[in-house]
Amino acid sequence: MLDAEFFLRWLARSKDLIDQQAGHLTELDSAIGDADHGSNLQRGFTAVLAALERDSPTTPGAVLTLAGRQLISTVGGASGPLYGTLLRRTGKALGDAVEVTPQQFGDALRAGVAAVAQLGGAQPGDKTMVDALEPAAAALDGTSGAFAAAREAAAKGARETVPMVARKGRASYLGERSAGHEDPGAASSALIVAALADGAEGIR
Amino acid sequence: MSAAQVGVVLVSHSADVAAAVVELAKGLAGGGGGVPIAAAGGAADGGLGTSSELISAAAASVDRGAGVAVLVDLGSAVLTMKALLAEGDELPVGTRLVDAPFLEGAVAAVVTASAGGDIDAVEAAAAEAYGYRKQ
Repeated sequence: MLDAEFFLRWLARSKDLIDQQAGHLTELDSAIGDADHGSNLQRGFTAVLAALERDSPTTPGAVLTLAGRQLISTVGGASGPLYGTLLRRTGKALGDAVEVTPQQFGDALRAGVAAVAQLGGAQPGDKTMVDALEPAAAALDGTSGAFAAAREAAAKGARETVPMVARKGRASYLGERSAGHEDPGAASSALIVAALADGAEGIR
Repeated sequence: MSAAQVGVVLVSHSADVAAAVVELAKGLAGGGGGVPIAAAGGAADGGLGTSSELISAAAASVDRGAGVAVLVDLGSAVLTMKALLAEGDELPVGTRLVDAPFLEGAVAAVVTASAGGDIDAVEAAAAEAYGYRKQ
């Protein structure tokens, strides 16, 4: 079972990985975006961790909705409302339960990913975070090894954005010139899913 | 003519752009006729970007009970506004994201609101600005 502690660990690990990779994310974003993805996410997740510390939510749903809210209000770029919507919608889908099964979490995350895709109007193949998030969420089927599979699926999904031509966001203005670069949003999504798998180690 | 005027909020990635378009829209609408209008430009730290807090505060400041039309420029401004609407309780009742060109739509919205148009009329006038071809 997954409790609030599990989700707190996920978000704390996400912040660690984003801190470690902020330079890389910004580098990816300087190729096809506006070169602020790493710093924007660092600001957002720093605010998330501070808010979780301050409010100490006790259910998985409350942890994720609070985190999502912080991302929407502090990031300043498109990744704020997108990741904010992902976490909030996932958290809302989990309701008030004190513990959730991996299967329930997978279902909730799929609802969160669908909300992100709808908000940004993005589909798989558009060279966005959806390309990493959707296969990761699909892999979370409640079986043992599903978290590791989600990590692999997200990483693969992010790599597969390299040859794509962007159809959403600022990168879409570059047209064919956006091909050959990994999408920064897909890269950060792969990190956040990796943080999930890290936090799930030892959980069955 | 409705009792209270529709409020207008202009959300840009740049504080300067948002403030300048407010001035332009008021100027072209003959001073704005008392239409409550507010700029929500730039990120919370003053840099380029979008601040959900600035948007919420601006919408609250122009709410007279007749609805608030919010016009946005691009990217995160669109997404942040949609995310705020999805929250349900972050914006005054009757707040709408108006799908319109930012500058031209702002002028149309302010002129229509100053003439006493309701939120539907303001939204329609702003959206109609997409139809004005320049060539």
